[in-house]
Amino acid sequence: MSSHSIALHAHKDYRGSKLGIWLFLITEITLFGGMFLLYSIYRSEYPQDFHHAAAELNTLVGTVNTLILLTSSLTMALSIAGTHHGNRKLALWMLAITILCGAAFMVNKYFEWGAKFQHHLYPGSEYLLAHPKGEILFYGLYFIMTGIHGIHVLVGMVLLTVMFIKVLNQPNAKVSFVAGHGLGEIEGCRMAFVDASDKVVWKGDEVDGSVERIDVKTKFWPVKKRFHVADFNQLENSGLYWHIVDIIWIFLFPLFYLIT
Amino acid sequence: MSDHEHEEHAHEPAGYGMYFLTWFSLLVLTAITVTAAGMTFGSMSVVVALLIALVKATIVLMLFMHLKYEDPLFHKLLWVVIFAMAVFIGMTFTDTLFR
Repeated sequence: MSSHSIALHAHKDYRGSKLGIWLFLITEITLFGGMFLLYSIYRSEYPQDFHHAAAELNTLVGTVNTLILLTSSLTMALSIAGTHHGNRKLALWMLAITILCGAAFMVNKYFEWGAKFQHHLYPGSEYLLAHPKGEILFYGLYFIMTGIHGIHVLVGMVLLTVMFIKVLNQPNAKVSFVAGHGLGEIEGCRMAFVDASDKVVWKGDEVDGSVERIDVKTKFWPVKKRFHVADFNQLENSGLYWHIVDIIWIFLFPLFYLIT
Repeated sequence: MSDHEHEEHAHEPAGYGMYFLTWFSLLVLTAITVTAAGMTFGSMSVVVALLIALVKATIVLMLFMHLKYEDPLFHKLLWVVIFAMAVFIGMTFTDTLFR
C-alpha cells in the first residue's frame, strides 16, 4: 500500500516571493517616474499653460477618486489582516469592497474622459492642436498618465478577483488519485479517515471502475493564535500591487488637479 | 529549516485599529492638500503639494504595505529607486534650465 503524505507546507519561499514583488513595484515606480520626469520638465517650461489647462479638470471628481482609492487601500489592508486573524468572512468582504472601489474609480474616469472628448479635447484633435503648446503638452500628459494608471487599476481589479476566487476555494493541500497515479492501486478499496487510534471516522464508497479521479482536499484556516503568513502570500503580494497603484494616484492628483 | 520559518512568523497578529488610524490620517492630509491648493504660495505651491503627497505615500508604504515591519533590505531597495529618480529628474533639469 502506498502512502501519500500531504505536504502541509510545500516548499514556499516567503521571503523570496516578497522580494520579487517589491522588485516589481520598483519597476512600476520607474515606469511612472519617467512620465513624472516629462511632466516636471514641461511644466517648468510652460507654467502658465499648465496652470490654465488644469482649470479644465474637475477638482471635485479628482478628490472623490482620491478618497475612493484611499478607502480601497484600507479595505485591502483589512482583508489581509482578516486572514491573519483567521477571519475568512472579513477577508472576502473587504476584498470585494476593494474591487468595487476600483470599479467606482474607473466609472468616474469614464465620465471624466467622456466629458473631455465631448469638448473635442483628445490627443490629436484639431481643437486641441489649436491650443497653446504648453496646454497641448498638459493634455497629452494627462491622458497618458491617467490612462496608464487606469490600466493598472483594471489589471489590479482582475488580479484581486482572481485572489477572491482563490481565497474562497482555498484548500491548503490537495492529493489526487488518477489513472497512472495511484488510482489503479486502490481500485476495489474504500477510502476512510481514521483518528489517532485507527478508529474509522468516515468511510467512502467502493472505488470501482467507474471512478476516474479522487481528489482529497484539506482546508486549514488559521486560528488567531497561530497563523503562517506564507499561507496567504499571493493575497499579500496582490495587496502590495494595489497599494502602489494608490500611491501613484497620490502623486498624480495634486500635479494635475490642484495646480489652479 | 521550515521550523525556523514557523518561529519567525508565528506571532499574535496586530489589531485592525492601526489601519483605520492610517486611513483617517490620509483623509486629513487629503483635506489639507486640497485646502492648500486654494491658497497662493506662488512657486512654492508645487513644493507644498509634493511634500504632502510624499507624507501620504510614506504612510501608505510604512503602514499599509508593512514596510516598517519588513526586512531592512526592502527599505534600501526603495532608497535606490528614489535616488535614481532624483538623479534622473535633477540632472535633466541641470540641462533644460540652462538652455
